[in-house]
Amino acid sequence: MKEILTMRHIDKNFPGVRALSNVDFTLREGEIHALMGENGAGKSTLIKVLTGVEEFESGDIRVDGIEGPVINRSPEEAQKNGISTVYQEVNLCPNLTVAENLYIGRQPRTAFGTIDWKTINENAKKVLTDLDIDVDVTKNVEDCSVAIQQMIAIARAVDISAKILILDEPTSSLDDNEVEKLFTLMRKLQSKGMGIIFVTHFLEQVYEVCDKITVLRNGELVGEFTVEELPRVQLVAKMMGKDFDDLAEIKSAATETDNSHKEVLISAKQLGSRGAVHPFDVDIYKGDVIGLSGLLGSGRSELARTIYGIQNPDEGELFVKGKKVHIKQPIQAMKLGMGLLPEDRKDEGIIADLSVRENIIIALQAKRGVFRLISRKQQEEFADKYIDILQIKTAHRDTPIKQLSGGNQQKAILGRWLLTDPDFLVLDEPTRGIDVGTKTEIQKLVVKLADEGKTVVFISSEIEEMIRTCRRMIIMRDTYKVGELPEMEISKDNIMKAIAGGAEHE
Amino acid sequence: MKNLITKMSTQAFVIMVTIILFIIMYAAGCVVYADKNFTNIQVFFNLFISNAGLIIISASMTMVMISGGIDISVGSQVALVCMMMCDLVMNKHVPTAAAIAICIVYGIVYGIYAGVMVAYLNIQPFIVGLSGMFFARGMTAVINTGMLSIADKTFDVLAKTKIMIPIDFLAKVNKRGMKIYPNLYPSVIIAFLVLVIMFVMLKYTKFGRAIYAIGGNEQSALLMGLNVKKTKFLVYLLDGAIVALGSVVYCMNTCGGFVAQAQGLEMDAIAAAVIGGTSLMGGVGNVFGTLLGVMTKATIEALVSFQGSLSSWWAKIIIATLLAFFIILQSIITRIKAKARD
Repeated sequence: MKEILTMRHIDKNFPGVRALSNVDFTLREGEIHALMGENGAGKSTLIKVLTGVEEFESGDIRVDGIEGPVINRSPEEAQKNGISTVYQEVNLCPNLTVAENLYIGRQPRTAFGTIDWKTINENAKKVLTDLDIDVDVTKNVEDCSVAIQQMIAIARAVDISAKILILDEPTSSLDDNEVEKLFTLMRKLQSKGMGIIFVTHFLEQVYEVCDKITVLRNGELVGEFTVEELPRVQLVAKMMGKDFDDLAEIKSAATETDNSHKEVLISAKQLGSRGAVHPFDVDIYKGDVIGLSGLLGSGRSELARTIYGIQNPDEGELFVKGKKVHIKQPIQAMKLGMGLLPEDRKDEGIIADLSVRENIIIALQAKRGVFRLISRKQQEEFADKYIDILQIKTAHRDTPIKQLSGGNQQKAILGRWLLTDPDFLVLDEPTRGIDVGTKTEIQKLVVKLADEGKTVVFISSEIEEMIRTCRRMIIMRDTYKVGELPEMEISKDNIMKAIAGGAEHE
Repeated sequence: MKNLITKMSTQAFVIMVTIILFIIMYAAGCVVYADKNFTNIQVFFNLFISNAGLIIISASMTMVMISGGIDISVGSQVALVCMMMCDLVMNKHVPTAAAIAICIVYGIVYGIYAGVMVAYLNIQPFIVGLSGMFFARGMTAVINTGMLSIADKTFDVLAKTKIMIPIDFLAKVNKRGMKIYPNLYPSVIIAFLVLVIMFVMLKYTKFGRAIYAIGGNEQSALLMGLNVKKTKFLVYLLDGAIVALGSVVYCMNTCGGFVAQAQGLEMDAIAAAVIGGTSLMGGVGNVFGTLLGVMTKATIEALVSFQGSLSSWWAKIIIATLLAFFIILQSIITRIKAKARD
């Protein structure tokens, strides 16, 4: 097959980080090519370099039909060179009609120089019919489903004579039915000879629609494989960076756990939130440490957030201590004895301009309500207590939290939740971006909390860390809860097998 | 009903509601105040005459709101332009045509300022409008703190020429058997010209469609290759010019200027746009819908004044209620549509 895009020896540095190092990528005519990798693997950087959003230091990009190397300085320039991108958040104007969205900026005109609406509508209809997209072109885009919106965006890209189409996580907000429609469209474009780069973290979809897979890890190329030669579990191993055969030996010293006599704290029955996590059943026991494991975007955070009420569940039931509850807002969850340390520390965790003391007491104050004010003296006692227990390194309790290091900020946020004395604490990536010493402290703390009878849900992309701390693992894949591993069975290869799914059939 | 909402665009539905409301109100006026001559077609035409300036200014406001912005300085701009007209023509003895030109040039200069601030310096339109509002009101007082009026031959020709509408169907026959045709002033003709030009510009030019696209989703507009900054800049520049023209037309009706003139007119313009189906979020609107909004407001004022004993402030209260109703209506329609889509 003819190569229509070749990227060779691409290097890209961000201050202090090597984002891409000697990466090669090849796209051929009529090929759907998956670009896979975990957080920080460099797949979005590679796309940005290709589409002119980011510059690159060295390397060579060539596009079929264009003499010499191609360097795009902006997405528009990339578009002119035949490379179009359709993003996860659809970049259309919702208030305009389908037809106008296809032609805005390049509208045909009448003899008087005014916009020729008749031609716009006729052409749009033709373009969409050609691609088997069934939609009324005079309808506003906001009245179309997300799937149709994606397809319209793709149609626009195709109509601007794109030869190379990049689909960046297009399926994240689609349901199964819609995904199928999108795949039909992709296959149609494929048969017309277009090359499609498909960025996704849904394993199943890769095996359903792609021909080739390129895996990146830590900014380096792991390799290019055909779908047939790379079974799922191998793919997961390549993405996570451990050669599958080398892992067999590590196993945690565990005892058989019997959950039957334990008190059930939280129980979810077919709880689900559309577009975030498919309905799941889970029983969470007192004193449990549960790890939520899965690839990026597998719904691991969303499961916890659905229980906690950040993500509103739209089906199923939730029981806390045997009582049925409807949690619509986190404050309700807090009053039921829950706490959640969010993944995004900067935006959802710290309040940057408030002091360490204020950041620590704020959740307790919210839980008590504004009319039962915590006195200044008490606040200081609380703050000092957790600064001491968690060894938060801060000049003073009234230092603005933004002046602290990431690890110490995280400890302060942990202190915030410990202060509310929760029975059930969700820690979403509590150790991301913090130093090794603090990581170990946090892991120890998790184990200690469990010994005190508190329940902890621990979410981390680092499998070793989960193996060290968790007594049970819940495995997520493609927003489904696909399995649970009791402590006896927690091991790297088991987790990877479970994440990869379908491995037993390979 | 739900079916209808999901089929129609939000704006079309709002306009339909406004039309129905307008007809009901006007019909009610004709029935209740039949003895007070409300049925006279001239009453209807007077609504246009007394609101010609507001129609132009509201149309411009609609354009700015479609782009996702707002211009809250228009009330003060009216006061300043009216004062400038009076001062230039009466005290400085500048010919009327030159005075009008000076006012429009002032509008363009203010528009360039607002455009640079909003489009290139990324300052919120509200804050920019606030600065313009204080400046214009202050400048009005600097020119003259008293009340000036304008009486000039050329100006009077523009302001007071009665244009008969020779349509027999609309004519009223008086006691002596003579046909009295209803009449309009040139200001109404100017207002309608502005409306038609703006309608064509918004619907049939690339610039006009870019305004809608930017109001709908600025980021998308940018990625689709539209020049967002330039379009926004031109919107404010044009707004400055049209508002100045609207202010001159406003002056033709009042023939005077004073510091406290047209206070709160910006809110009338915004209310008219919203009642006429313009979205406060941007991206949706139509100048003829806005015309309907102005007429609705004018009808309410007429009804209150025909009633006689009510304070004219009741008109404001009714408009406020109506505005709340329309905002709630828009939000409900959006919800119903979202549900239908999923």
